Formats: sequence, structure tokens, C-alpha cells
Amino acid sequence: MKKTALTIDDSKTMRDMVSFTLKNAGYDVVEAENGQLGLDKITGASFDVIITDVNMPVMDGITFTREARKRAEAKTTPILILTTESGADIKNEGRSAGATGWIVKPFNPEKLLQVVEKVCGS
Amino acid sequence: MSDPMEQFKVIFFEECSDLLISLEEGLMQLQAGDSDEEVVHSVFRAVHSIKGGAGAFGFDRLVSFAHIQETLLDDIRSGALEMEPAYIAVLLQAFDILSELVGAAQRGEEVADDLGSDVAKAMKAILDQTGVPMAQKDEPAPASEPEVDTDIAEKNMRLFRISFKPYEELFQRANEPILLIRELGTLGDLTVTLDVSDVPDIEEMEAEHAYFSWDFSLITEYDEAAIREVFEFVEDDCDLQITDHGVYLSPEAFVEDAQAGLFEDIEDEPDVSKTQKAVKAAKPGETVVSQSIRVELDKVDTLVNMVGELVITQAMLREQGGELLVEQYPNLVQGIEDLSRHIRDLQDCVMAIRAQPVKSVFSRMPRLIRELTATLGKKACLVMSGEETEVDKTVTERIGDPLMHMIRNSVDHGLEMPDVRAKAGKNEEGIINLSAFHRGGRIFIEIEDDGAGINKKVVLEKAIANGLVSPDANLSDEEINNLIFMPGFSTAESVTNVSGRGVGMDVVRKNIQSLGGRISIRSVEGKGSKFTMSLPLTLAVMDGMVVDIGPEKYVLPLANIIQTLRPGKEDVNSLPDGRNVMMFRGEYILLVPLYDLYHIENAIENPCEGLVVVVEGDGGVLMGFIVDDLVNQQQVVIKSLESNYALVEGVSGATILGNGRVSLIVDISTIQDMSANQSREFQSALPETNKISPQAQISSEIH
Amino acid sequence: MTNQETNDQITAEMVNDMSGQKGDIKQYISFNVGKELYAVEITTVREIKGWIPTTSLPNSPDYMRGVINMRGVIVPVFDLRTRFSRGHTQPGKSHVVIIVKLGERTIGILVDAVSDILTIPQEDILSVPDKDANPEYAFMEGLVSVEDKMVAIIKPRMLFDMNLIPDLDSAAA
Repeated sequence: MKKTALTIDDSKTMRDMVSFTLKNAGYDVVEAENGQLGLDKITGASFDVIITDVNMPVMDGITFTREARKRAEAKTTPILILTTESGADIKNEGRSAGATGWIVKPFNPEKLLQVVEKVCGS
Repeated sequence: MSDPMEQFKVIFFEECSDLLISLEEGLMQLQAGDSDEEVVHSVFRAVHSIKGGAGAFGFDRLVSFAHIQETLLDDIRSGALEMEPAYIAVLLQAFDILSELVGAAQRGEEVADDLGSDVAKAMKAILDQTGVPMAQKDEPAPASEPEVDTDIAEKNMRLFRISFKPYEELFQRANEPILLIRELGTLGDLTVTLDVSDVPDIEEMEAEHAYFSWDFSLITEYDEAAIREVFEFVEDDCDLQITDHGVYLSPEAFVEDAQAGLFEDIEDEPDVSKTQKAVKAAKPGETVVSQSIRVELDKVDTLVNMVGELVITQAMLREQGGELLVEQYPNLVQGIEDLSRHIRDLQDCVMAIRAQPVKSVFSRMPRLIRELTATLGKKACLVMSGEETEVDKTVTERIGDPLMHMIRNSVDHGLEMPDVRAKAGKNEEGIINLSAFHRGGRIFIEIEDDGAGINKKVVLEKAIANGLVSPDANLSDEEINNLIFMPGFSTAESVTNVSGRGVGMDVVRKNIQSLGGRISIRSVEGKGSKFTMSLPLTLAVMDGMVVDIGPEKYVLPLANIIQTLRPGKEDVNSLPDGRNVMMFRGEYILLVPLYDLYHIENAIENPCEGLVVVVEGDGGVLMGFIVDDLVNQQQVVIKSLESNYALVEGVSGATILGNGRVSLIVDISTIQDMSANQSREFQSALPETNKISPQAQISSEIH
Repeated sequence: MTNQETNDQITAEMVNDMSGQKGDIKQYISFNVGKELYAVEITTVREIKGWIPTTSLPNSPDYMRGVINMRGVIVPVFDLRTRFSRGHTQPGKSHVVIIVKLGERTIGILVDAVSDILTIPQEDILSVPDKDANPEYAFMEGLVSVEDKMVAIIKPRMLFDMNLIPDLDSAAA
């Protein structure tokens, strides 16, 4: 069975790049533009990994993570937050919201896959 | 096919134009006095997104400029800065520069070095007011690679010990220890030990709690930072201890170093085991791809048995051929010789199929060490090498216990307590080196510790006290060290009940000898000890000496035979208990009447009329077996008696000779015991005052 | 017919008759030791061999004649006559070793000659009188009358000293 990924980012470019990279690695990818839509996507569906940006309209990534962890579908799903390297606080905030790990922006496709593999297996 | 990155760039610039529009709108709103928080957020997000995307494509100028703008906006939206009209003006100017930079990036043009530098300065000035130094947020790093010691040319392997105990939180954040362990494994040679000591009874178990912890030994080219990187996401959610044990010494290096100062020279170079080659040559993570298929063990065993039959049939053919046919049928004889050779080769190949790496046995040791160190309050580090060395499964099945006993012995008696070691200038943590390698057609397993070594004085005293040697015997250092293998050496006090089992080294030696192996020890006081165990590569085949005893033929293990001779009358003397002894190489050895122990009739009883085969038994004791005659020397396929019948005292197995008849294999250890028991029976009939121990009896009688 | 021919015939019949179990009718191979007739279930019998010299094992019970090589496997041979305390067999060319498979083990039983293949309904098997009085009778499953002759049906499993063959029948422990 193919692995599934959810990418949440308000930037289409970002979503496209993440999608493309993961699809090439054999994932089925679902996209959402913000945290709220992300929650909608996970309702009744589980993913093998969720990658979310932090800064988004409607619902940001941290709130999304906190809410997602309350839901059965995403309680044990690895959630990676996209963060700039300056965001040491963001990393902590993300972790306390329940994030599994982080990817530092900017990143290249190899790095993305490396981190995804780290939390998700290959 | 177009470069996907180019496609993304197109999308990016499309997005940028949207973002720039909304950025401008937002800024205008702010300028118009709109203080809606959401506007600030969306303005921030716009710049953030542009910066993010720009970073992905490497538009560095754009990135660094946007970064400043983003930081300023971040401070404003977080409340660190109050929005002021002056700031908005600056932001609008920044917007213009940003647009230009985006445009230039899209067109692939270079921009002037000083483009936007004024605006940047202005923004920085505003930021400085917050007291948060810009420098901290300066220069976003490019997607970072792990800090790797790329100096692989050095090929210096280091040994790390890592202990890892995850908390509940680790699991709550959906991190998986198995993935961490696999990642750790890509860095090098990893040994994993699971500690389940915290796991409570199932009634008390809570599903969400974390009860497991792990200990790892990692031999790697990488440095500690690379190891930490594996755990980067979970560092705060676990207890993680990484200890650098320095450069990892391979057994050869270890032995050479040790030898230089401590031990005698080994004559040959050990065969470089596959592991050593693999460890030095392959980069961690690079798997040596070998193809394999699954085969049921039964099929392999059948194959081994059939080849065993071939060997027997071939032996029979040779025997039938004999010398008679050489002149008449030279081709036939040659054919049989060729056949014999081919079959021997076939046998080697087939035995290799059943060969397993000793890893399966070695892997039990780290846990044992941890148990022992915990119980005994000592600190020890186990370094293993040569786990890939292969040996027939019949051997791997049986060396586990002797190995564990020896390691127990090393930790218990070899290693000193941490404070004692520290005082002696040693590392508090002792090192136990367990290694395996092939040499000379056998497998060698060595256990070396850097402990206190054997205290020869104490050992000698104890041996004398237990009547194992005479007080005025002159023993070499090596002989003294090997006294620990003598039966009766280990008294209750010297054998500590670790894990509820006390075992003496004599039992270990017996075990190993029953496998056709030998064991010896070398030791330097204060520095350490090394056990060297050698075993045949397989228990299924043995080199044997076929002898006649009466009408029967028996097989003696060639490995134990020292010499065969016919003594003269004057060489044989009688002991009071009726047994005979013979002078051999300056000492008196017991003559063992096999015909008697095996109840064989019509055998030659007088050693001077038959032959005496001098063999080495347990503890290095020499004995002379009385036989009628030698028949020949040959490789025998060992057949089990127990599978259809039972163990017979004095016999270790059976084989089928070239003539199709079954011949029994002499079990030297039990014959030794049976012989000693005869003496005891005789002695128990003696009045008390006349009783003495057998060895003391010999020495006192003669001297 | 000579014993050899009898043996061959029986072996051949045995091969053909392997569908021994029909409801409660079982097939047996009968053989004699001295004048007495005995029988064992055919399903336990693997082979019937002519006598070949054994290699004696030291320190074994006296009914243990030794071991033989059967196509590379070491098989112990027990002297049934000795087991019944009637002395030792002096084996000659006409004597026969019945190779029996008991669980994981294969053993050989030395008898004088093989007699016949019997088809016996289980209900015809009578219990051994005084069975409890004599522990040796533990190995007799029962007695049956065949053509006016008494045949003692034995369970090979129980024949030999349990201490000697410890795992042979765990129920015996």
C-alpha cells in the first residue's frame, strides 16, 4: 500500500514542491491551504505523515498540530512543521503542541525526503 | 522533459505576483490607519512566503532582503514593536525593493550591490530598538547537511556507547524508536540491547507509558554530532547519554598492542575475518548486497548426511582398492583418488552451507555484561568483533554456555571494582574484548579483559591446598595460569553465585573439549587476561585414529593424541591401587586399560605387547591408552548414538568405517573420570589413613 | 520356503498392505522367539533385515546387543529373547532383526524368525491374566488366538527399560 502524506501550506509553490517531491518518492499527497482545511482533510482519514507550515491564515500550523493531536486519526501520525532556522522558539512551540519534528526552510527535496524518512520509515 | 524546478519557479513567480499585490494592499490599509491585527498577519505572511520560496530556489539577494522585512513585520505582529507611521513608510519602500528583486529574479538578472541597502539599514535601525540583536536572526543558513566527519580517508573507527531511554512524550509526538534505531544503524556497526527491566506486570502496565530503554554500541567513522543528529527531534523527550570510547581497536590491532607489552607472540597472522574487511572497506549505510535463498534446515541436514555417506563410501572404496590393484588397475586407483579429493571438496562446500555467523551467540553477551555489571557493581564495556565469522551450526548451538561462563569469569574475577581500577590508573570502566576469527582451519574465539589478571601466588597456593599439585612442583607461569582449569580448583568461595549459577573453569574446559576444542589462558598480573578458545569448524566430522581393541575397532580423536609407543618392561610401574603408570617425557602418566573400561574380551592387556597411545585429557593431563594396534588415520563422520539410543559412558559417538561396520569414538574426558573413579573405588576400601588423592599419590610415590 | 524368502514375501506383502487400519481391525506382523509367538502392529515396522553383526556397546544392559549401520544411521539392536530373560540369542544367518520406528527413534529387535501377517479385529484381543502381578507384562497389549496358536501382542515402546531410553514414551515417566 502506498504511503499517504498531507501537506498544509498557504503558498502554492511550497505545496507543489512538497507534493512533487513526495509523489516521486511514492507517496499519495493531499494538499490543504491552511490549518482548518488541514483538519478537514484528516477527518475520517489518516495519513502516514503530515507536513505543515506555521504561518497560514485562518489557522496556523501550531494550532493545527495541537488540534490534530486531539483527534484519533492523527494522534500518532508524525507531524513535521516547516520552520525557518531562526525559529528555536517555533521548534519548542511546535513540540509542545505535539509536533514530531521539523524541517528547516529553505530545504531541498533530498532534505525533505530525509526528514520524512526519519519519522516515517521508508 | 522540462526541469521540475523550472516549473516550480513559474508557479513561484505567479504566486509572488499575487503575494506582492496583497502585500501592497495590506500596507496601504495599514497606512490608511487600519489597525486590524489580521492585516499585519497577512502582510507578514506574504513576505514570509516570498522569502520561503526564494530560499528554495536560491535567490539569495531576495532572501536576505525579505528576511529583514519579515523580521520587522514579525516583531510588529508579535507586539514587540508598536506600529508607527514611520515604519509603514519604510515598509512601503521595502515593498518596492522587494518587487524589484522579485522581478530581477524572474528575469534572471543581476542586481546592483547597493540596491535596497538604505531601506535595509532603515529597517535594521528600527529593529535595533527592540533590543533584540539582528545578528541572531541574520543570514538564514542554507538547507543544512549533517555535520559529518568527512575525513573518511583516515578510516578511524570510533566506538560509542549510547544509552537511550525515551519518555512517554516521545511517543506522544509520534516518534518511533525503531526508526531511530534504524537510522543509528546506518552510521556504522550497531549492536542493540533492549532493556525491559522496567516493564511491570501486565496488570500494572499502562498502555501509554514508556517502559523500554536501550543500550547501543556503535562502531562508526562519524563523530558524536552525527549520532546526536539522529536523536535531534527527541533529545528533550528522552534520557540520552553518548560516551565516546575512543578509537576502536580491531582484534588484530588490540592483540598486537597487547602483545607488544604483555603476551607472547602468536606465530601466524590470523585470517582477516570478513567483518574486519567489511568494517574497513564499506562506508556505513552501504550494504554489501549478497543474494540468498531460504532453505529449510531439514533439507540442509539431509544434504550434509548424504555427503557424509559419500565420504564413508569413498573410504570403503579406497580400502577395497588397497595396494593390490595399483599395478593391475592404475586408472581405477587414480580414479578413486580423484573421487576422494572431489568428495572432500564437496564436503567442505556443504559444511559451509550450514555455517552460521557466531553473531547469533555473541548477541547474547551485551545483555549478560549489563546484568553482571549491575549485580557486581563493576563497570564494563563489551567490544565485539568478528561476529560474522562463520562456524557450523552444531558448534554455535553449543558454545553459548561456555562463552557466557567465561565472560562471567572475566567480569567477576578479572575486572576490578571501579575505585580499585581508578587507583591503578585505569579507566573505571573495564573493557572486555570478545572476538572470533578463523585460523588454520579452526575457529578461534578470544575473550580478553584489561582487569587484574591471574594472581599466580594465590592460584598456586590454592592448588596446593586442594591437593592438585605437590608443594615442591616446579611450574612455569603458563602452567600456573592453567591450573584454574583443573577439576577441584574452584571451591565454593571462589565461585560467586552470579545470577544463581556458580561455574568453575573446569566445567567450561570440559564443555569445550567435548566439542573437540581447546582452551587456554594467558595473563599478566595487573594488566589483564586473555582466554583463547579454538574449536573445529564443525562437529560433524573429525580426524580420528582407528585402533584395534580386541575384536572391536575404536576411534581416538586425533587432536588429542600426543604420541604412540610401545613401552619396555622397565618403563611400566605399578601403583598400590593396581593401576599402572609409565614414564613419559619426564613425568609419570597413568596407563588406562580401555579393554577393561569397555569390558572387551580377548584384548591385549599387557601394554608392552600392545601399544600405548598417549593422549591429552582435561586440564592438560596426559594418559596412556592401552590398545592392541593402530589401524589407520582417517577423517570420520560423527554419528549420533543418542538419536536412536542413548549416551553411553566412555563413548562420545559412533562412526561408520570403510567396511561398513560401526565403530565407537572414545570420549577422553569421561574415560578420564571413569579411570579416576576406579581408583576411588579401590581407595574407599582402604583404611582411612591410607587414602591420598590420585595425583598426589603419583607424585609422592615416585619422588 | 526359507526364512529369507519368507522375509521377502512378508516385506512385499507389507508394502502392499500398508492400508492396515480399517475401523477396529489392525494388521500385525508375527514372529517367534523360541516356541512363543509374538506380534507387533504393522504400522510401527519399517523394515525386516537379516542378521548382521553388531558393534557392541560397553556398559549397556545385557539385552542390548549393540548397534548396526543402517544406511548411515546408527540403530541399536535389542535381543528380545534376553529381554524375556531366556538367555542370549546366538544369532545366525537365519535370524532376523525387525526394524521398528517409535516416535523419533528407530530401533531393531532381534528375533528368531518372522512368521506371518495377521489381520486381527481389536475385539478379539484378550487381556493378559495376572497382568498387574508381573511388571514385565506391561509391554503386552493382549493375547489373541490365531489358528489355535496363542500370539502375544506387544507394544515395542514398552519393551525396553525406560531409564535407558528416556524419551521413548513420556507417558511411561
